[in-house]
Amino acid sequence: MNKGALLSGRFNEGTLELVAGGSWTAVHAGELEELIDQWLARTGAENGESGPSPARQVRVDLGRVDEFDTYGAWLLERLRRSLRAREMEMHITGLPGHERELLQTMHNVNQPMPTEGAPGHSPVRMIRNAMQTVGRAMSGIGADLRSFNAMLGTLSAAFVRILLQPRRFRLTSAVHQLDRVGWRAVPIILLITFLIGAIIAQQGFFHFRKFGADIYVVDMVGILVLRELGVLLVAIMVAGRSGSAFTAELGSMKMREEIDALKTMGFDPVEVLILPRVLVLIVALPMLTFLGSMAALYGGGLVAWLYGGMDPDIYIERLKEAINLTHFKVGLIKAPFMGAVIGVLACMEGLKVRGSAASLGQQTTRSVVKSIFMVIVLDGLFAMFFAAIGM
Amino acid sequence: MSSNIIMRTRDLSAGFGDHLVLNGLSLDVRRGEILGVVGGSGAGKSVLMRTILGLLPKRSGHIEIFGEDLDEIDDERHQTIERRLGIMFQQGALFSSLTVLQNIQFQMRENLHISQRLADEMAVSKLEMVGLQADDGAKQPSELSGGMTKRVALARALALDPEFLFLDEPTSGLDPISAGEFDDLIRTLQKTLGLSVFMITHDLESLYAITDRIAVLADGRVVLTGALEDMLKSDHPWVKSYFQGKRSGGIAARLERQKQRS
Repeated sequence: MNKGALLSGRFNEGTLELVAGGSWTAVHAGELEELIDQWLARTGAENGESGPSPARQVRVDLGRVDEFDTYGAWLLERLRRSLRAREMEMHITGLPGHERELLQTMHNVNQPMPTEGAPGHSPVRMIRNAMQTVGRAMSGIGADLRSFNAMLGTLSAAFVRILLQPRRFRLTSAVHQLDRVGWRAVPIILLITFLIGAIIAQQGFFHFRKFGADIYVVDMVGILVLRELGVLLVAIMVAGRSGSAFTAELGSMKMREEIDALKTMGFDPVEVLILPRVLVLIVALPMLTFLGSMAALYGGGLVAWLYGGMDPDIYIERLKEAINLTHFKVGLIKAPFMGAVIGVLACMEGLKVRGSAASLGQQTTRSVVKSIFMVIVLDGLFAMFFAAIGM
Repeated sequence: MSSNIIMRTRDLSAGFGDHLVLNGLSLDVRRGEILGVVGGSGAGKSVLMRTILGLLPKRSGHIEIFGEDLDEIDDERHQTIERRLGIMFQQGALFSSLTVLQNIQFQMRENLHISQRLADEMAVSKLEMVGLQADDGAKQPSELSGGMTKRVALARALALDPEFLFLDEPTSGLDPISAGEFDDLIRTLQKTLGLSVFMITHDLESLYAITDRIAVLADGRVVLTGALEDMLKSDHPWVKSYFQGKRSGGIAARLERQKQRS
């Protein structure tokens, strides 16, 4: 490689004579750009120093160039344009015909130079940007609420249609979804709720023992699990496991125009894709909640026996006294609502996916974060409601 | 002798599971030519391209690009060679999270140490060379039409001024007029930039319009190479039905007329 000799030159009676050599190609473009800029700066400097400018024109001899590609051609063309802006002329010699064609091609492109419109980082602009972000986020919440309501509305309409014509319901699809969302989630949900029940019981024994209140650990585990933790844990698990899957499925179907295809065939995507999924979540969540609560109580009992030294018979006896059907009902009533919220949010975010892979990931993240948030908010509202009616 | 051959494969075999798609394939691409590769669906055209590019492992055989056997060189050398190749995939394979301009600049940023200004100017130049406007650079790939996607994919393949260009069905999915324009574009760019082109195609018009030589793939090997005239003379059943069949659009007759005129 002929490095260093890419560009050399000297001033000679009002003419800057540049001699180019080596590879004027992409690999050396960075170096070459600097060299050209240096020479360009020097023509300016020479001009300024000695009144009548010594360099009126520039001659470039390309006779010794081995390789020449669009990068080299563009840099040469750029030099010519810069010189013309200073009312100087450039003459090119020693360029073979083939390369001349290339130079001509580059001469035709990029005519209006891309202006350097890079926005500055002025404090005003930064503050304005920050304000804009906040504003957009706020109006985003409103838009989300509206589209959530719209989705609920279309879903209800589809549901009513199906009630009137039950044959339109996609039973196969629903059973398939129930298998995925419900049955296949059982092992992981049992495991997690079992562990959480055990951990709560262990912590209870550890701290309550100081007051000699061991027996109340059973009350705590029972009430906490049945009323709150069972359903919350299951909802959060389902949001992460099935909600994200719904969003990704619908999103990629949107990207590949499958949803548009459905529409053109006269199907309602809400009825075909979304309603079965949401209904399945509404059905599956109470079942999973029941299983999860039982596993948590079992875990608590196991810890009470092995760690707290409480006989299983006593644990069950105490459980019977501490909890009643109301606690159980409070937990289970919430489950279908949480299922609906997760399903609607997941499908809604899935339909918002635009063409790119990044947008699919973004919407899936949003779907999970929003559903978990909404599940917790809903739980809080239910807590207030049940307290008010004395349940 | 090898300086005239830009790529050479010898006894190349590749396949999936028990199924051997390429079976002892040998093919040369000469410097500065456009080689059209044709063959029935499933004949292994795309497999051949993917094997040459190292996207599929080969079972046996040799691949030489720029006179270097790909098995005998280290990773660094391999990367240098890859930098001299331009690849345009059938569906464009544009990075969907980047704008058009960023797609074109992707390799520039990774491989060249050039200023942002030069990178911008070069990317716009490439865009204009493939017949798009500077404004199109800000678009997302999802906003492009089929023809524009192909053009952007070509611009991205040309980003580093490769010497050797791989095109996988460049005109598929385009209407005949756009396909014709695209053919002209490839021809013009190939002449101006002095490219060698390996082009998989189904499009007889493209073969007729721009290829210098044609290679026919069947049964996992190259059954015939040569100019269009040689194809028309062949007795191979697939070649015959392809070039002289119902959908050949009278290529043979046209070639005959052209010959008489000149």
